[in-house]
Amino acid sequence: MNGIWLIARRDFAAYVNTFWGWGILALALMIDGILFYTFGLGKTAKYSAEVIQQFFYLTGGVTLIAAIPVTMRLFAEERQTGTIVLLETSPLSERQLVIGKYLSGMMFVMAFALLTSYLPAFVFVNGKLGVEEILVGYLGILLMGSAGVSIGTWASAISRNQIFSAVLGAVGIAGFVVCWMLGQRVDAPFKAIVTYLAFFDRQFEPFQEGRLNTESVVYFLSVSFAFLLMATQSLCARRWR
Amino acid sequence: MIEVQNLTHYYGDRRAIEGINFRISRNEIVGFLGLNGAGKSTTLKILAGLVVPSSGSILIENVDIVKADESFRSRIGYLPEEPPLYREMTVREFVRFCGQLKGMPAATVEQRLPDVLRLCQLTHMADRVINELSHGYRKRTGIAQAIIHKPALVILDEPISGLDPSQIVEMRQVIRNLAAECTVLISSHILSEISETCDRILILHNGKIAAEGTEESLVRGASARGTRLTLLVRGERARVEQALKGVAAVQSFDLHDEGAWMRVHVALLNDEREALIAALVGAGVGIRKLVEDETELEKVFLGITTPTGAA
Repeated sequence: MNGIWLIARRDFAAYVNTFWGWGILALALMIDGILFYTFGLGKTAKYSAEVIQQFFYLTGGVTLIAAIPVTMRLFAEERQTGTIVLLETSPLSERQLVIGKYLSGMMFVMAFALLTSYLPAFVFVNGKLGVEEILVGYLGILLMGSAGVSIGTWASAISRNQIFSAVLGAVGIAGFVVCWMLGQRVDAPFKAIVTYLAFFDRQFEPFQEGRLNTESVVYFLSVSFAFLLMATQSLCARRWR
Repeated sequence: MIEVQNLTHYYGDRRAIEGINFRISRNEIVGFLGLNGAGKSTTLKILAGLVVPSSGSILIENVDIVKADESFRSRIGYLPEEPPLYREMTVREFVRFCGQLKGMPAATVEQRLPDVLRLCQLTHMADRVINELSHGYRKRTGIAQAIIHKPALVILDEPISGLDPSQIVEMRQVIRNLAAECTVLISSHILSEISETCDRILILHNGKIAAEGTEESLVRGASARGTRLTLLVRGERARVEQALKGVAAVQSFDLHDEGAWMRVHVALLNDEREALIAALVGAGVGIRKLVEDETELEKVFLGITTPTGAA
């Protein structure tokens, strides 16, 4: 556990001690703020519930996009700079390495989520909104962020360079986002499967509306677990080449 | 004690190393020599735990690390040719991180840190950011990360490559200091460095151990295989060649014109220089100088790793 925490801390420190981390954070917050102002608040009067639903929808999207540059360096950068040797010759297992890297990405997502909280606070103060709706919405952001970070961690684990990692991560995340479009084109039984996999229009919707849906919680945790497992296996396989 | 038994590794169908066996005693400094592609890096990576061998075993203090779990890696320190460094960290932060990464408790790392910095001659650089350091200091920081956790075996891949002469002298001292607390395996292309630093040498060729021993024993072995002479002679080239071919002990020779003189390098099966002189003088060739070539590590190495040259 110490080793996992050590890696998570170092990687998170690498974000906050460099322009890269602050740059992503600032850009993500700026985009989130602009989107909220433009689409969340809009020009017409809205109920608080509508505004907060729109906020979580937009923040969920920004979180997924931010997960790409955050995770692309996790393993790919270490491979490019040669520091992966430090991790591979450490007594930590591949599983521990992957969890440590994943946690550093999640710490970044949590920091981002925390820094966006002034927007729902603004709605809470000026509108009519329950705290539980905000908390459930943020739980959804963290769960979907977890899935995005896991996909990015996997992409980084199998990539030789950061560009490839970012492209692969983006394609992976986009695949889950646009599943709903595919769902409209295919017939049963694939329709049900593809629609079920859609991040936004199926799994994230309950969180947006302030409903805690166990099925969606399990879904996001399963996606996270599956991609972290694949990342672990790809690291293990490198030793056997 | 480190014991490598029948170590073999394939990359797909290509054999990188085959049936490698050697032993290294505690606190010994062993040099690993070989041409590019001889299998040095593969062997080092296996020893460092980066690659799982196709077959064979590696016993470190009687534990087979091929079958052991990940914890065995805390018994090994590894410095690749290009030191793996987090350049945004200071030397102290980085070495501290590596110690903890290798499983050492934070308090123990703090206790050991000053000794390691002193051993690697980094004390005055401890709070400098690695990115600002020269290549030589980065190499030392790389060594510090490899030894902070008190490993039983330290593997240094080309530790002096890219260093200037004064840094080489300092690095030599750093490596010698290491032997006081662990076993050291050094891979290098620079034979003089291996000769200066190591107690024993392993020569790897075509994926197999071609020779091993102290420098003296290797040189003695090479000397027993024949004598090499250099002569400065005057005479017709054809006569010189004919005279040399007439001596049964001559294995090979080559001639270089140097103005009025000719420089002749001769490899003799036995030290029959009297017969050689008699043959040359008999053929009317004047001999100005005759010296026995000193058999050095370089010649031993080349003798093992390159095909015998023909006349």
